[in-house]
Amino acid sequence: MSVAPNILMEKRREISIIRMFNNWLKRFAFQTQEMFFFSVRMVVAMFGRPFYFPEVREQTFLIGVGSLYLIILTGIFAGEGFALAFSVELADFGAKNYLGRIMSIAIIRELGPILTALMIAARVASGITAEIGAMKASRQIDAMRAFGIDPIRKIAVPRLIALMLMVPALTILCDAIALLGGYFVAVFIAHVSSTMYWSAVRDRLIFGNIFIGLFKPVVYSFLIAFIACYKGFSSTGGTKGVGRATTESVVLASITILVVNFFITRVVFTLIKGWL
Amino acid sequence: MIELKNVSFAYDERPILKNISFRVDPKESLVIMGPSGSGKSTVLRLLLGLEQVCEGEVLIDGQNICAMKESKRRKLRRKIGMVFQDGALFDSMTAGENVGYYLLEHTDLTPQQVEDRVQEMLGFVGLDSGEVLNALPDQLSGGMQRRIAIGRALLSAEPQIMLFDEPTTGLDPPATEKVLDLIRKLQEEKPIATIVVTHQIVDAISIAERFIVIVAGELIFDGNLDELRDSRDERVNHFLRPFRESFEKVNRRQFVRKEP
Ligand SMILES: Nc1ncnc2c1ncn2[C@@H]1O[C@H](COP(=O)(O)OP(=O)(O)O)[C@@H](O)[C@H]1O
Ligand SMILES: [Mg+2]
Repeated sequence: MSVAPNILMEKRREISIIRMFNNWLKRFAFQTQEMFFFSVRMVVAMFGRPFYFPEVREQTFLIGVGSLYLIILTGIFAGEGFALAFSVELADFGAKNYLGRIMSIAIIRELGPILTALMIAARVASGITAEIGAMKASRQIDAMRAFGIDPIRKIAVPRLIALMLMVPALTILCDAIALLGGYFVAVFIAHVSSTMYWSAVRDRLIFGNIFIGLFKPVVYSFLIAFIACYKGFSSTGGTKGVGRATTESVVLASITILVVNFFITRVVFTLIKGWL
Repeated sequence: MIELKNVSFAYDERPILKNISFRVDPKESLVIMGPSGSGKSTVLRLLLGLEQVCEGEVLIDGQNICAMKESKRRKLRRKIGMVFQDGALFDSMTAGENVGYYLLEHTDLTPQQVEDRVQEMLGFVGLDSGEVLNALPDQLSGGMQRRIAIGRALLSAEPQIMLFDEPTTGLDPPATEKVLDLIRKLQEEKPIATIVVTHQIVDAISIAERFIVIVAGELIFDGNLDELRDSRDERVNHFLRPFRESFEKVNRRQFVRKEP
């Protein structure tokens, strides 16, 4: 009896879902485009005058030193956990002596860069977005512009440069600590000799691996800076808006890092296969 | 020196200002009034070139700041001092650094020279520099913050015009009076034009010769006090109705004050 209205309702619901998806897609495309233009402006501003050296120094210190404990903890436990899992598996094949090789490749190429970048995204991207968002909400950004200052140059660029310096540096630290964590597991739990472990690690410390391991953090530092600054500068809606922007910033940065990581690994593998 | 010609503006296709035109001469004091949300702050933002695009022309010394690249706008802004609603002080800098912001950013003065200029300016805005120089904005009262913001705007490259966005909103009567005194002192002592946005009509009368009323994005009145009081315009009267009583009182008081 009431079939016709039902169909109508179904239809309407379907349409509204399509419309929602359509709107979402439009917003997504718009945001991606905006973020791209914003990134270009940031990179251009990096080469312009004036260059705010004190801000760069301050941010480098805040990001680098401030993240030390986090990266050390991350490195040591990730390295140990990973070594533990693999030493058991390798022992089944009587291949425990290869633990160092696996650690070397997995950590330098994948785990070190990814974990460091995710930790920095959680700790630093949120801070950058919240700070810029709060400055925007309280009109400090406008005040800065009213005084003839370019906020991108003054706020965004120093953070980008600091990240470009510190994400690779912290990645190297994370790698070293994780390999050390693996070493403890190798020697005390898996009973691999110390020389065996380190020589296996050194075996895989070849140009290709190190190149990927350092190329990735540079890319991630750009992603974190672009996303965190963009989300801060584009936040609207007062305090609530700052909270929302901060969450979005961390989520988007983390997801982007994971997705880009996959593509870098994929592309780089096909490009420099000979060196691996 | 400052002129808006048929300016219209929209946020995300929602029209905010419709065909606004007025000009401000050197040393003139102008008040913009209107209900909340009518677009008063937006007018000031357009004067500073803080919005990307607008229709019509916003002329600062004959140059249209609307149709300008951001880098050129930045130079032009140095002729304008802006006191934002609620001050918009840099909250991670001390009050002294706030007041000296322009000098620290755009000049090669030594820290000592900047501090001297800052102390002089703090004196002008009526603050004790020993008390506020190294305080963070959060540690100061609302009235003090507002005066810091005025000092910060004044201590830029010789502004020819000062914009005040609701400089007394949210202040108690003594603090309000101090800020208004400061604005009047500025008008007397410095060769500066002032545009003050307010919806407190009593304040408006004591600091301006000329009044503009904006309602829902439209300029419905532009003239002096007598013209405002005697206006026959329905919309102007509607806007003035809640203030009529205090309006008349202040009017008389001002008349008395001016007599000797
Ligand atoms: N950033 C913005 N985005 C969208 N709408 C805005 C923005 N800023 C102000 N508006 C809207 O513009 C209108 C005028 O605002 P404003 O100029 O601040 O009014 P007033 O200062 O007279 O109270 C208001 O309706 C306000 O909601
Ligand atoms: Mg306003």
